[in-house]
Amino acid sequence: MTVKVLYFANLREQVGTSGEDVDVSPTTVAGLRSFLMARGGAWQSALAQGRALRVAVNQEMAQATTPVKPGDEVAFFPPVTGG
Amino acid sequence: MPVRVQTQDFDSGAEIAALRRDNPGIGAVASFIGVCRDASDGDTITEMTLEHYPGMTERALENIVAEAKNRWDVTDVLVIHRVGELKPTDQIVLVVVTGSHRGAAFAACEFIMDYLKTRAPFWKKETTPQGARWVEARVSDDEAAQRWEPPKSSAA
Repeated sequence: MTVKVLYFANLREQVGTSGEDVDVSPTTVAGLRSFLMARGGAWQSALAQGRALRVAVNQEMAQATTPVKPGDEVAFFPPVTGG
Repeated sequence: MPVRVQTQDFDSGAEIAALRRDNPGIGAVASFIGVCRDASDGDTITEMTLEHYPGMTERALENIVAEAKNRWDVTDVLVIHRVGELKPTDQIVLVVVTGSHRGAAFAACEFIMDYLKTRAPFWKKETTPQGARWVEARVSDDEAAQRWEPPKSSAA
């Protein structure tokens, strides 16, 4: 299946793209994160466990266990700092 | 629209006048303006860039406004947040709450800012003489938001 993956702020800079279509088997947020980290290099360090990271699925805040389905929009970003 | 994300500046006086126009039931207007400072953690800030997540940011702000209206007896709410490149003294964010009485207006205004700072997807990047850096989220902002969590016993 294909999902749309977005990156914001320092994550966007570290992986060098603001977004991409990713082909992956139906999974969860944690599964997609592991799938992307397996690319190694900047992906592995940007998405490494232990880093403060937030994830949204279809523009709603999500958890590691949130399912990721075909056509979903999944965004990875650091804790927010607006205001 | 009670929520606007925009690059251009805003006129708080005009926005407040528009929000309470022709409503004689309004007895209180509480507002907050966040402004870009020229210093952060001891360093001089020459410029700030604000990034957001188009779509989700507006949705998150609308949810925060809806939650404030649900919790307090207020009449209208307006939130404007700027994105893009800003300089010290530039306005960043405006929150206006109108209501019959000041108590609810003050509380709702503060609640909206506390939730905005921890839940709305915006990210600040500061430019200093040493280079650019992303602003780290502050624990104090999380603590400020947590005090609005409802007591466990009265949770709906």
